[in-house]
Amino acid sequence: MAAVSMTVNGKAVTGDIEPRTLLVQFLRENLRLTGTHVGCDTSQCGACVVHMDGRAIKACTILALQCERAQVTTIEGLANGAELHPMQAAFREHHGLQCGFCTPGMIMTAVDIVNRKGNSLDEHTIRNELEGNLCRCTGYHNIVKAIAAGAQAMGHGLVAQAAE
Amino acid sequence: MYAFAYHRPTSVRQAANLLGKLDEAKIVAGGHTLLPTMKQRLAAPANLVDLNGVNELRGIERSGRSVTIGAMTTHAEVAESADVKAAIPALAELAEMIGDPAVRHRGTIGGSVANNDPAADYPAACLALGATIVTNKRKIAADEYFKGLFETALGDGEIVTKVSFPIPQKAAYMKFRNPASRYALVGVFVAKRAAEIRVAVTGAGQNGVFRWAAAEEALKKRFAAKSLEGLAHPAEGLNGDIHADVTYRAHLIGVMARRAVAAATDRE
Repeated sequence: MAAVSMTVNGKAVTGDIEPRTLLVQFLRENLRLTGTHVGCDTSQCGACVVHMDGRAIKACTILALQCERAQVTTIEGLANGAELHPMQAAFREHHGLQCGFCTPGMIMTAVDIVNRKGNSLDEHTIRNELEGNLCRCTGYHNIVKAIAAGAQAMGHGLVAQAAE
Repeated sequence: MYAFAYHRPTSVRQAANLLGKLDEAKIVAGGHTLLPTMKQRLAAPANLVDLNGVNELRGIERSGRSVTIGAMTTHAEVAESADVKAAIPALAELAEMIGDPAVRHRGTIGGSVANNDPAADYPAACLALGATIVTNKRKIAADEYFKGLFETALGDGEIVTKVSFPIPQKAAYMKFRNPASRYALVGVFVAKRAAEIRVAVTGAGQNGVFRWAAAEEALKKRFAAKSLEGLAHPAEGLNGDIHADVTYRAHLIGVMARRAVAAATDRE
C-alpha cells in the first residue's frame, strides 16, 4: 500500500491505496465521487474525463499516485451549491443528453475546451474537440449546441463577476 | 493490472539509479501506452519508475538552427508552442493530430519515441527531419535509433531526455487516421533541408517507420507534388490488417506523400 494526497474539488484528501489504483477508481471507490464514470476503460470514450491541474485528462489512464499533490476537479466540483455551472445548465437547457452516462465527461471536456479556446466556439471546433468523448444516444447535435451556449454563458459569468 | 511498486524520482540521475537497482523496472511517462498495456496484462513490470516528477525533462528550446523538446513535454504543449509553430509548423500540426485533447494532455514525445509504435506519429517526424535523440548517456541520430517494431537503439537503463529537431526549409505531415484509434494507417512526413530531402513513412511498414528512397530521389529534381505523380510504393514489406490491406496501404503512401509535399510547398 502507498499513501496518496491530493486536492479534489478544493478539498484536501488522502488515501492508503495499492499503487495500481487508477485515479478513476480512487475517485469512485475511495472518495465515493461516482459522477466520474468508467465507460470503455481504454482511454477512448471520455466518460471518465476530469481536470488535473486545470487540464482535461482521462481518469482511467492515470494512476492515483501520479496525482500526488495535484489539483483534481470532477463533475461534482463544478456546481456552486444548488446552482448549476453554466455548462451544466446549458446541457439541461439544450437537452444535451439522453441516458446521461457520457454527460459528466462531456461537460468536463466542454469546460476544458472553453478554458483553452475561449467563449466563442464554432460547430467545427466543438466537434473536433469532442473527438475523445463518445455518446451512443444523442448523435451529438444537442451536445454541440449545449457546449456553444455554455461557452457563451461562461463568458457572461466572468463579466458579471468582474463587474461585482 | 498486476501489482507493482511505484517510484517517483525527481531527477534523471535518480531515475537512472532506480532503473539500475530495481528488477523488472519500466519507465512510465504519459502512460497512455504503458497503462493500457498493463491493464491487458501484456506488460507486468514489478517496478514502475514515473518520470512525471522530473522537471528537467520538460520544456521547449528554440535556437537559430534547431528546436529541442524535453522528453516529458506533452503533445498538447508541442501543439500549442509558439516556438514550434513558428520554426517547424509541421511538428506542431503533427502533435495536434495525436489521439484526442485529453490524451494530448498526458502523452509525451519521449514516451512516443521510446516506445516506437509502428503507427506512432513522432518517429516519422524524427526520421524525416533528421532529429537527434538525446539520452542520459549519449546522442543518437534518428537514422540509427529506430530499429524495428517497438525496438530502438536504447540500452538497459537508458532514458530519453530530449529530442532535437533541425529546422527545415519546408516540411509537412499528412496522416490517414484509423478513425477509432487515431493512430496512423499511413502517415507521411516530408522535409526539405538545405542538404537533403527526406520522406518518412509511419503506420505502413512491417518494421515500423522507414524512408521512401524513390520519393526522395524524385523530389530532388523538383520539390513539388507533381514530381511524385505516377510513383507507387511497392506492397512488399508493408503491413496488412483488418483496417487496411497491403495494397491499400501502398496506395495511401503515395497519396499522403503527394498531399504532404503540396502542403509543404503551399505553406508560404
